[in-house]
Amino acid sequence: MLSEFALYSDRLFMAAVSVYVLAMVLHGAEYAVHRSAKAVLIGAGGPALDAEPDEPRPDAPGARSRAERFGRMGVSLVVLGAVLHAASIVLRGLAAQRWPLGNMYEFTSAICLAAIAAWLVMLRRSPAARPVGLFVLLPVVILLFLGGTVLYAPAAPVMPALQSYWLVVHVTTVSIASGLLMVPGVASLLFLLRRSGRLVGFADRLPSADALDRLAYRLTIVAFPLYTFAIMAGAIWAEAAWGRFWGWDPKETVAFVAWVIYAAYLHARATAGWRNGPAAWVNVAGFAAVVFNFFFINMVVSGLHSYAGLG
Amino acid sequence: MAASTELATRPPEKGDSRPVNGWIAILRNAWRALTSMRTALILLFLLALGALPGALLPQRSLNQQLVDQYFTDHPTVAPLLSHLGFFDVFAAPWFAAVYLLLMVSLVGCVLPRTIEHAKGLRAAPVATPRNLARLPHHATATLDLPPEEAAARVRGRLRGWRRTEKEAGSGRTISAEKGYLREAGNLLFHLSLIGLLVGFAGGKLYGYEGQVIVMSGGGQFCNTGILGYDSFQAGLQVDGTNLTPFCVQVNDFDATYQPNGQAESYRAAIGYQTTADLQSGHANQWRPYQLEVNHPLRLDGSRVYLLGNGYAPKFTVTFPNGQQRTGEIQWKAVDQNTMLSEGATKFEPPGVTDEQQRRSSQLAITGLLAPTSSRGQVVTSVFPALDDPEVAIDVYRGDLGLDDGRGQSIFEVDQSQIDSGALKRVVRKNLVPGQSVTLDDGTTVRFDSVQKWVSLQVSHDPGQDAVLVFAVLMLLGLGLSLSIRRRRFWARLVPTADGTRTIVEIGGLARTDRAGYGEEFDRIRADLLDGPHGGDSPAADSATVDSPAADSSDDDSLGFDSLHEGLPAGDSRRDASHSDSSPGDNSAADGSVTAAKDG
Repeated sequence: MLSEFALYSDRLFMAAVSVYVLAMVLHGAEYAVHRSAKAVLIGAGGPALDAEPDEPRPDAPGARSRAERFGRMGVSLVVLGAVLHAASIVLRGLAAQRWPLGNMYEFTSAICLAAIAAWLVMLRRSPAARPVGLFVLLPVVILLFLGGTVLYAPAAPVMPALQSYWLVVHVTTVSIASGLLMVPGVASLLFLLRRSGRLVGFADRLPSADALDRLAYRLTIVAFPLYTFAIMAGAIWAEAAWGRFWGWDPKETVAFVAWVIYAAYLHARATAGWRNGPAAWVNVAGFAAVVFNFFFINMVVSGLHSYAGLG
Repeated sequence: MAASTELATRPPEKGDSRPVNGWIAILRNAWRALTSMRTALILLFLLALGALPGALLPQRSLNQQLVDQYFTDHPTVAPLLSHLGFFDVFAAPWFAAVYLLLMVSLVGCVLPRTIEHAKGLRAAPVATPRNLARLPHHATATLDLPPEEAAARVRGRLRGWRRTEKEAGSGRTISAEKGYLREAGNLLFHLSLIGLLVGFAGGKLYGYEGQVIVMSGGGQFCNTGILGYDSFQAGLQVDGTNLTPFCVQVNDFDATYQPNGQAESYRAAIGYQTTADLQSGHANQWRPYQLEVNHPLRLDGSRVYLLGNGYAPKFTVTFPNGQQRTGEIQWKAVDQNTMLSEGATKFEPPGVTDEQQRRSSQLAITGLLAPTSSRGQVVTSVFPALDDPEVAIDVYRGDLGLDDGRGQSIFEVDQSQIDSGALKRVVRKNLVPGQSVTLDDGTTVRFDSVQKWVSLQVSHDPGQDAVLVFAVLMLLGLGLSLSIRRRRFWARLVPTADGTRTIVEIGGLARTDRAGYGEEFDRIRADLLDGPHGGDSPAADSATVDSPAADSSDDDSLGFDSLHEGLPAGDSRRDASHSDSSPGDNSAADGSVTAAKDG
């Protein structure tokens, strides 16, 4: 029975990844259709257009609705993928008979689900942000692929130090916060791309720089308190498990670094001269610290947090 | 502009024209520079950057062996890094300099702002601007109500806001402001941060940690002095003389494992005596406690943790003269998955008074202990539990080198003594419990049994409760300061010429960085201007909600440019670049995005 759960969990995981990939293809198609339509538009934007400015172009509305259709299908698939993904995580917990956050594979899965969920909520509030979806899906798919291959670990119980309800509180919140921070990281990168004026043909399908900036900020101010809480919960757990609430373990140190960078981001947003480009760079650096903490510290540096379930 | 005033460190200073002494000017400027937001930002970056080597390089406070390894691997760089404090980052002077400057900057910024905020709480909301139409949120309508009733309606809607009213010409103005908790939360966060750091520092100064290994099956430990510990890390203000006395007795230790050898649980059944028990003389009564990972014993401000465990083989040596000595000392696990352990159990020959003879006949039993032996020629362990123990031992005789004044590991014999020939191997043998081996001089070594031991840690941190309280306050302050929006609202009510109706002009301004105000303003506008008596006047037709581009800094909607949505078919798309020019309209309350105005 339990091994069947584990099997179905793995299959649902693969199904979710496949659906995300398909959604990415559709988002990509949305992009491509739009760009080909735009090429026509720019071509027609010469003297001919000046001569007959009000003449409707037959191909433009068709192309637009096709892009629209692809985009909407992509979003529907992301929703489907998220449902499969969530089911995979639930079955994993049933199979291992514990909270399904005990190794790198499971963290990766949860972080990606949190990112997708945050993205879908954001999208519901601001449907015009849809073109960003491609760039949210890209890191998610890469992470899930790594999670399903390199980081994969079979469903099993965890070591005694992890058998605590603080695992639920600390690891869940830190995974959700990391997932939430992924979307602002992507948004800030796109913001910088948009502002740099490079890759215009590619970037102008994206929301405006200002909108991207706001998307990044609004998710960060949700994720930052959660991340703060997650670190504090970790400290409370460390006090019970390791004998001290803070000991500059490599994981704790980089979590501190990431926290300080996000604090700097919030301050940069309120400092003249730092508000736009520099603040976005700080946000990107913050997410880089989170990613670094997740991969490098778990897999390369040895410390108390080295229970990634690898080798 | 709303954004820049919101979190600016302090209001701009005015009237600096007074001539001041040069030194005072320099000091004042330095202080201002230090407490500016820009400096705080740079210090934050330095703090993040400075902490990074603490994660990337091995740290002495965490693992001295890794540091030694680094010295071996990088003989040229390591001494330099060591000199610069990179192996003790969190005790390095440059790291302390950064966080102390940050603290000073923080205090210098937060205290004046606290005073400012306290004053602001008593001050009346800002007077109504002359031209409300220039505000980011603005609307106007003529209500079918006399001025008094219209004013009552505005007042009723602004319940919970801080308000003030003024007669202005024939009409009146109402100023209102809300969201003072934002700044309060912001200040609470920063002040609590200071408190947290003070608590942290206090804990480091007055706290201590000590580790000790105690044999299962009745071994005892009392927290009466540093000497009882195997290792001890004291805070700067701890000299080890005033430890809170308590005692612990380890009755039994039990570990369970999965079939693959991964540990499932560790449990130590212990008894303890508190300070009060000891003082009242109940020396033989032990309070029972189940000590587990994640479940420390907490008493009298100290905590006792179960950190590790291992095995101690028990050997009995029978010397040729018939005297017996029993040794039982902890061996350490070299493989956590199988608990294969190594160690050295050392014996002095009994009754030998001649120094020379004593030094040539000391014994050491070293080797490997397998809790569940593979039973092969070469002893290996196949499972961590104590199911079928076997030892593979080398017995050495000679001078153990215990008298040369140097410290010696309890887990091994001094290799230099073997190399110099002072210590010679006399036998090598595999033994299971009960078996013995006889040496060339007739001495027999018997492997009796295996005892378990646990490694305990005692921690004392008087600052940690304060740290927890301040951490909770920080979180509360952070939540308030990021979720609450500081916003202002103004209304100007002017009666029409006949006095039966009122022209109501309203405006709103968010004082918060990007937090948004649009939706709330729309609701207020709807309640005030669109309700009964509101829709039937000619002027109401012109009621508008302005969202000019200037509004983008505090617009609640994401305001995505909506080039491809909602545009009528056939609309000219020549202006493909306008997506950069305007953030577009406010989204309606349901979140849908309307067309960009200039499409």
